[in-house]
Amino acid sequence: MAAVLPFLLRRAAGHLLLVALAASLCYLLAAACLRPGADFEARHPRPPQQVIDAELSRLGLAADRPLAARYARWAAGVVRGDFGRTADDRAVAAELGRRCRASARLLLPGTVIGAVLGVALGVRGAARRHGPGDRLGTVAAVAVLAIPAFVLATLLQLGAQWINTATGMRIFGYVGEYTPGESGGALAGLGDRLRHLAVPTMTIALGQIALYSRYQRTMLLDALAAGHVRAARARGVPGGTVLRKYALRPTLIPVATFAAYQAGPLLTGMTLTEKVFGWHGMGEWLVDSIARGDVNAVAAIGCCAAVLVLTARLPADLLAAALDPRVRLPPHERMST
Amino acid sequence: MSGGRWRRVAGAPAPATGLVVMFALFVLAFAGPRLRPWRYDEVDFTAFGAPPSAEHWFGTTQDGRDVYALTLRGMRRSLVIGLLAALGATGAAALVGIVAGLLGGRLDRLLMWVVDLLLALPTFLIILIAAPLLRGRSWLLLVVLIAAALWMITARIVRAVTLSLERREYVVAARLMGASPFAIMCRHIAPHLAALLIIDAALNVGAAVTAEAGLSYLGLGVQPPDSSLGTVLAEGAQSAAGYPWTFGFAAGLLVLTLLAAHLIGDGLCDALDPTSAGRVR
Repeated sequence: MAAVLPFLLRRAAGHLLLVALAASLCYLLAAACLRPGADFEARHPRPPQQVIDAELSRLGLAADRPLAARYARWAAGVVRGDFGRTADDRAVAAELGRRCRASARLLLPGTVIGAVLGVALGVRGAARRHGPGDRLGTVAAVAVLAIPAFVLATLLQLGAQWINTATGMRIFGYVGEYTPGESGGALAGLGDRLRHLAVPTMTIALGQIALYSRYQRTMLLDALAAGHVRAARARGVPGGTVLRKYALRPTLIPVATFAAYQAGPLLTGMTLTEKVFGWHGMGEWLVDSIARGDVNAVAAIGCCAAVLVLTARLPADLLAAALDPRVRLPPHERMST
Repeated sequence: MSGGRWRRVAGAPAPATGLVVMFALFVLAFAGPRLRPWRYDEVDFTAFGAPPSAEHWFGTTQDGRDVYALTLRGMRRSLVIGLLAALGATGAAALVGIVAGLLGGRLDRLLMWVVDLLLALPTFLIILIAAPLLRGRSWLLLVVLIAAALWMITARIVRAVTLSLERREYVVAARLMGASPFAIMCRHIAPHLAALLIIDAALNVGAAVTAEAGLSYLGLGVQPPDSSLGTVLAEGAQSAAGYPWTFGFAAGLLVLTLLAAHLIGDGLCDALDPTSAGRVR
């Protein structure tokens, strides 16, 4: 394991550099593309131009200062952990924390359920290949993958609405994270949150199930056709053992790597899902901030997304380094084949 | 490219079905509106929020516009954006990948570094941030934006394949005979990448149509008065509970488009790669 550490440090340093660059790219892109003044100008009554200019320069967004100067001021703040203030004058860092937690409450159950069920379904499909369950699963997965996140979210929302109407009860909540102004004990509050969580979680989970089941099935089918598995079968190793120990185990590494690289698309799906369900998480904040021209908020979200995308890859790197000695060597020491 | 390979493609059911469906969707989008008398901006004062009927095949919106005309108008734009963005993304990936692989050295490192940097951010985020640029500009800029978000991974694959092809004897021979890098690229490298690039372009059509629909749904893609499936769906979602046809037909056509693109791309992938899981006996 000792050789793994330098590799990981090298990898982490590279990732840190990438995060810094990606966040800078985000800020520069946002500062160049968004018009922070537009939000103030659209207010009723329209504030005097001097007030708008003063407000913008206080936020460090005044367009008359060169982009490089604005960027330098922003970067200096970020290094100290200060992400600046939003257009409606709140600390970006505090809001970021709040939104992150809201998104995590939606994303974690959805992805965990999705990954576990997806892998299980994929294994089952590969084990009983071409059986009725496998065929149905494949068709369903392809269909779900062809439905964009916002369409799936809207369809499930309509379904929940329909069930509520049909039963005459409020079984599902489909707007927001809880019913505003509802009083009651902690238990009632928890129940209310769960009712609101069910449908958005299902939106995320369905997509993940489809994705993982397809990938796991393909990997396992490849593994089942491999020489060592056929040899084990020929030796008379029982079918269940062959499946679990000889075929399934080596496929879990590429599946874990696959999972690590799904962070980006997952965030896209999350953004649209949050927007449909009025869930006040990061994705909704991003879309609203872009519409408002709130450069500081957008840059902070970009920074956060880059951290998430790259840290998701670290466990996969660790696993690969622990299992494959070739990965640990720096590129110039690797043998070229 | 050997003839047998393409014959296998023609015989494979999935890509052929996908191509037929995609072609039918294009015909529907471009010729479909002529089948009906209603234009997308006409209001039928006798039918507000009417369900599908012989007069209005897809029903009407709450303010009496024909959903069939609206949907097909949006689909036309979505299909064109998807096709152009996919071609742009695959073309850019091929160019960057081959150039990086063939020329190597500092340019290679720089290009791959840019790819890594762009891959550190979710691509949708990049398009979203740049989307306000689209206000008041042509939808062609949206095509460029979407293409710019889709080329990176393929560029890496193309580079890897180029590196392995470059060491083959016939390429070395061509170089020793004085062929220019450009000639090597066009004559000896690109043809071997054709299958990969065709598959990539087909899958990119799906990705581009999805990206466009998502952006337009959020109000950040195609800008009114122009419309696409995304804007039609955004409008339909508002009234979908009471008038499901304002959302359902556009959603169905969008999913059908994506399924067709998937069938073409994935099916070709299986048909062209004899070792892929779909073929294991």
